[in-house]
Amino acid sequence: MNKFIFLAAAFIAWGLQLFYPTVSLAVEQKSQPLKIGFLYVGPIADNGWNYAQELGRQYVEKSLGNKVETIFAENIGENAEAERVMEKMIAQGAKLIFATSFGYLEPVERVAKRHPDIIFMQLSRTTDIKNIGNYFYWQYEPFYLSGIVAGRMTKSNKIGFVASHPIPPIVQSINAFALGAQSVNPKAKVKVVWTNTWVDPPIEVEAAKGLIDTGIDVLAFDQSDSQSIVKTAEDNNVYIIGCYSDVHQFAPKRWLTGACCNWGLFYAKVAQAVINHNWKPGVTHCSLKNDYVKLASFGPAVSPTIKKEIAVAKNKIANETVSIFHGPLKDREGKMRLAKDQKPDLKWLAEMNWFVPGVEGSLSKGNK
Amino acid sequence: MADPFIVAVLAGAVRSGTAVLYAAAGEVITERSGIINLGLEGIMLVGAVSGIAIASITGSPFIGISAAFVGGGLLGLVHAILSIRFQANQIASGIVLTILGGGLSAFFGIAYVGKQINSFSAVKIPFLGDIPFIGSIFFNHDIMVYGTYILIPLLAFLLYKTKLGLAIRAVGEDPDSASAAGIRVSHVRYFATIFGAALAGMGGAYLSLVYAQGWIENMTAGRGLIAVGLVLFAGWDPLKAMFGAYLFGGAQSLELRLQAIGTDISPYILGMIPYLLIIIVFTIGTIRQRKVNTGSPTALGLPYNPNK
Repeated sequence: MNKFIFLAAAFIAWGLQLFYPTVSLAVEQKSQPLKIGFLYVGPIADNGWNYAQELGRQYVEKSLGNKVETIFAENIGENAEAERVMEKMIAQGAKLIFATSFGYLEPVERVAKRHPDIIFMQLSRTTDIKNIGNYFYWQYEPFYLSGIVAGRMTKSNKIGFVASHPIPPIVQSINAFALGAQSVNPKAKVKVVWTNTWVDPPIEVEAAKGLIDTGIDVLAFDQSDSQSIVKTAEDNNVYIIGCYSDVHQFAPKRWLTGACCNWGLFYAKVAQAVINHNWKPGVTHCSLKNDYVKLASFGPAVSPTIKKEIAVAKNKIANETVSIFHGPLKDREGKMRLAKDQKPDLKWLAEMNWFVPGVEGSLSKGNK
Repeated sequence: MADPFIVAVLAGAVRSGTAVLYAAAGEVITERSGIINLGLEGIMLVGAVSGIAIASITGSPFIGISAAFVGGGLLGLVHAILSIRFQANQIASGIVLTILGGGLSAFFGIAYVGKQINSFSAVKIPFLGDIPFIGSIFFNHDIMVYGTYILIPLLAFLLYKTKLGLAIRAVGEDPDSASAAGIRVSHVRYFATIFGAALAGMGGAYLSLVYAQGWIENMTAGRGLIAVGLVLFAGWDPLKAMFGAYLFGGAQSLELRLQAIGTDISPYILGMIPYLLIIIVFTIGTIRQRKVNTGSPTALGLPYNPNK
């Protein structure tokens, strides 16, 4: 009896082996979802930069449904670790990889050369390799718009800015923010305090409190976590402008708006292009024009008049009838930085290491 | 001089020094018993996440703090078992705790991202808070700051005036003699290690419950290591650790407020102030300690083997 069962089992196993490959092949041909890998430089639990990326990934899953499958890895260093993680993602079947931090370019280039059939998207850097696409995000555009809100809302004409690192993308945001505020309120001053860190709640809170003591009544920031500063503003009755993620729930009374990224829309567009086999390398600019950057929701203190004003300004920038940085533009030391008919290009933006007039705070003098 | 400016800097010093102070005070007790615990960074993170988790579940920040105390203590127990029971290398065990705590807190913290909690707000102490200058610096804070005003003198009293304190110091200086005198060395060391780590857990909870009012991964940003350094600077004394913690907090608060009032100094240089100050103070402290010969506990970091 036992022998019989054993034989029967062996027979069935043999039969399954015969059929199994054809069965799985049929499934594969029917719908093979595009597997997408996401590399995050920090924790998705930051309620800021990486969280915004993670929301983007979730949007891709939701909007493209069973056409895609996503995997992600957080806290990945911008070094050989990134290379290893990408190789692992490719081994798992990823055909498209988003490298969502500046420093990933070198590892991405090395992996891309080994896998010419895989498509990579690299943030804020350009390369000549054919299977790497590049994208820049112009966060200074929504910062300009939020500057308008700040300029309208301030009564003391003093606006605070808790800033992370003195690097060009952040300087662009601060300058655009100040230009936005001054476009509606020429007397508005922006006071900058550098924290020299992306995330450190006590330092951020003390910086915010230091600014509040100087009499500011609107506060903005670019730290990659939002919660601590936003709550500090709410507790001290100062209006707050957010960054990266919409966290209005932390300041129900004092939230004005925020300069946010809209990664989901962009990632879904890229994924769709890869699925349709019409993806091409090149540079994408995430701007107000394509809604890949945007303003967060408005708080209760923002009046309909201001909202209307913002809508008009947004359209002008999106239609490129107005450029935020336009000549003649001098820095606060009086040096001409952009001549009358000069247009700002990538290189000009990437070298911004000076403040426009009306921004107070230290910044190593530009050497241009 | 602008009075409000100085008051604000010093009040900021007390606030930002407090998290480090809890951890440093705990480490003083641990190291006095002869156990060095370099895992404070991981323990603070576990404290921070336990505090947030329990505060958001129960709605009470007080229960949150107790949870942080327990959470930190549990990690301390791990260190104690490794370094006392198994006589492992304490430096290695501490580093393991740093990594373990970072991973554990990240794993459990995910569920509490963006969760709102009830926090402690600043409460002015009547009468004391009205004293000019001193009042606004020391007596216009949240309850966890006031907690240190009681805790630190208590710890000093425990260490220098009680039998338990004598036992802690004895096993840290000369465990063989202490054992001969009838002190159960490993019991005392277990207590000091777990209690010290529990205090570090509270330091972490101060960051999550009071400062950030939420969970952010790796929110300690190196404060655990600074606390270990402070213990050295403080010459293993709780009261001096308090001074050291406020000095560190003060340097940070001064740097940020100098920027806010518009001092045109490079942000990189300003950012170095707290650390420069620590290096200077360390150097002075070390030279002074050599002169009066009140250095580290003699048996610090050495495993104790009763059967040798």
